[in-house]
Amino acid sequence: MGTHHYNLSEQFEFTGKAKTLSIVGIVIGILTIAYGLFFNHEHAHAMHERTYANLLLMGYYFACVCMSATFFLAVQFVAQAGWSASILRVPQAMAKNLPLAAIILIAIITAGLFTHNLYHHWADPALLDKNSDSYDKLIDGKSAFLNIPFFLTRQFLFLGSYSIFSYFVTKWSYNEDLSGGLESYRKSFKFSCVFLVIYGFTTPVFAFDTIMSLEAHWFSTMFGWYNFASMWVSTLAIIAIVIILLKKAGYMSWVNNSHLHNLGQFIFGFSIFWTYVWFAQFLLIYYANMSEETVYFYKRFNSYEFWFYLNLVLNFLSPLLLLMDRDNKRSINILLTVSIIVVCGHWVDYYQMIMPGVFEFGPKDGSGFGILEIGIAAGFVGLFTYTTLSALSKKPLVAKNHPFLQESLHHQL
Amino acid sequence: MSNIKYILGSFGDPDEMLHGIEKLQENNIAIYDVYTPMPIHGIEAKLGVKRSRLDIAAFFFGITGTITMLTGVYLATAVDWPVNIGGKTHFALPDFIPITFELTILFCAFGLVGSYYASTHLFPGRAPRVMDLRATDDRFIIAIDAKQNTEHDKIDELLKGAGALEVKHNERKYLSYE
Repeated sequence: MGTHHYNLSEQFEFTGKAKTLSIVGIVIGILTIAYGLFFNHEHAHAMHERTYANLLLMGYYFACVCMSATFFLAVQFVAQAGWSASILRVPQAMAKNLPLAAIILIAIITAGLFTHNLYHHWADPALLDKNSDSYDKLIDGKSAFLNIPFFLTRQFLFLGSYSIFSYFVTKWSYNEDLSGGLESYRKSFKFSCVFLVIYGFTTPVFAFDTIMSLEAHWFSTMFGWYNFASMWVSTLAIIAIVIILLKKAGYMSWVNNSHLHNLGQFIFGFSIFWTYVWFAQFLLIYYANMSEETVYFYKRFNSYEFWFYLNLVLNFLSPLLLLMDRDNKRSINILLTVSIIVVCGHWVDYYQMIMPGVFEFGPKDGSGFGILEIGIAAGFVGLFTYTTLSALSKKPLVAKNHPFLQESLHHQL
Repeated sequence: MSNIKYILGSFGDPDEMLHGIEKLQENNIAIYDVYTPMPIHGIEAKLGVKRSRLDIAAFFFGITGTITMLTGVYLATAVDWPVNIGGKTHFALPDFIPITFELTILFCAFGLVGSYYASTHLFPGRAPRVMDLRATDDRFIIAIDAKQNTEHDKIDELLKGAGALEVKHNERKYLSYE
C-alpha cells in the first residue's frame, strides 16, 4: 500500500504506426467496397449482395460496439463502481463514435433497402399483393411492424436515443475534469438509470429489426438477448484490447493486473452467458419439436457448417479454457490473446447470423470468405481505430475528478 | 515455566495494527494469526498467507456433478428404460445439458459449503472458536504463540510501541461462548 504518483494529466498522442495503419485500413475498406460494387463481375448481383451483407455485418458490429461502450459507462455509473473509474476514458472514446456509427449503419441499411433490397424476405411490395404469385400470408401478417417507413423510424429512434446519451455522458465527464464536484456524477447517475431501461427494452427490437428480419419468416424471442450478449462481450474484449495496447505503449501506468482481472472476469462471464443464450435459442426449438422453426438451423447446419461450429469454438471453448484460471485473467498477454479471439469470434457469430439470410445455400449462392470479407472488415477496424484513438487523444487519459478515482487507483483483488 | 499460551495485541486502528505486524516481523517474531472485524487489503501478502485452494476444490466438485448427471441420465434413458421421445436418439445430449449444468452448480455449491465448514471448524450447534471477542466487533488483534516466542516482555513492548491499546496474556487458546 505504498503511495502512488501517477501523472493524471497524461494524454495519448495519436501519431506514428497506429495512425498510418488505421488510415491504410480505411483505404483498403473503401477500395474493397468500390471493387465489390462497381467492378464488372461475372455474377454482378450476387457480388453486390455480398458487399451489402458484409457492409451490414461490419456496420452493425461497429454500431453495437459503440452502443455497448455507452452501456458499459451506464452500468458503471448505476452500480457506482469504483474499480473502473480510471479506465472510463477508453469506453468514453468509443461511445463518442456512436453518432458516426449510427449514421453509417442507417446509410448502409437505406442504401441496401433501396438499391439491392437487402431485406428481400419482407421488403418487397409483391409479397403483400394478394393478386401476385409471390403473395406471402406470413409476411402480410407482419407488415404492420415490418414496413420500410416504420423500420427506418425505429432505426432512427433507437440509434438516436443511444447517441444522445453517449453525447451527454461524455460531455459531463469532460466538464467534471474542469469544474470538479459531484454535480456531473449525479447527473450521469440519474441519466444512466433512464438509459439502461431504454436500452434494455430497445436493443432486442433493434436486433430483431437489423439482423433477424433478414430471415423474416423465422423468429426467436431469444434472438435479442443473444445479440445483446454478442455485442456486450465483444465490446468488453475491445475495451480490454485498447487498454492493454495503451499500457504496452507506455500509457495508463495505473492500470494493474487487478483491473485486467476484472475485465477478464467480465469477458469470461459474458462469454458463458452468450453460450447460454446461443444454446437456449437452439434448445427451445429442438426440445419442443418446433419443426417450422428448424429452417434457421437447417441452413446453418447444411451450408454453413464450418462457421457454425467455429463460432462455438472461438466464443465458448477458447474463453472457457483460457480464461478460467485466475492467473490467466491477470496475465496481460493471455488476456490480449483471448480478447482478440473473442473479437474475431463475434465477427464469425455475426457472419453466420447474416449470411444464410442473404445466401441460403452458402457458397453455391455466392457467399464465401475472401477479399470482400477481409477488406471490409479491415476498413471498419481502421475507421474504429482512427475515430476512437483520435477521440482518446483529445482529453487526458483519466477523469481526474471522478469521485471514485482513488478507489480505482488502489484497486486490488 | 509460565502457562501463557498466546499473547494478543489489541489495536483500535488497522494502520497501527499493520505497523505492529511490521515491527514484529522486523524482530523475527512469528505471528500466529491476525483477526480483524473487516477485510484489510494487502494483509495476506504481508503475513505470507498462501492463496486459498477453494477454486481447485470447486472445479472438482463441479466436474463430479457433471459426471454424476451424465452417467445417471445415460443409465436411465438409454440403458434402463429407453423411450422414444419425438423420434430423437435415446441419449439426446442437448436435452440434458441444462440439467447437467444445474447439477454441476449444485455439487459445486454444496461441496464448497462443506469445505468451508470443514476448514473453519464451523457447523451448526458448535460454539465458534474465538481468541478475542472484540475482534468480531471493533478491535484488530495480532495473536502470537507464547510458547515459541519466549521474549514476552519484548513482544509486549513492541505491541505497545506500535499503538496497541491492550496486551493480553492468555492461558487458554480460545474463548468460547459456552
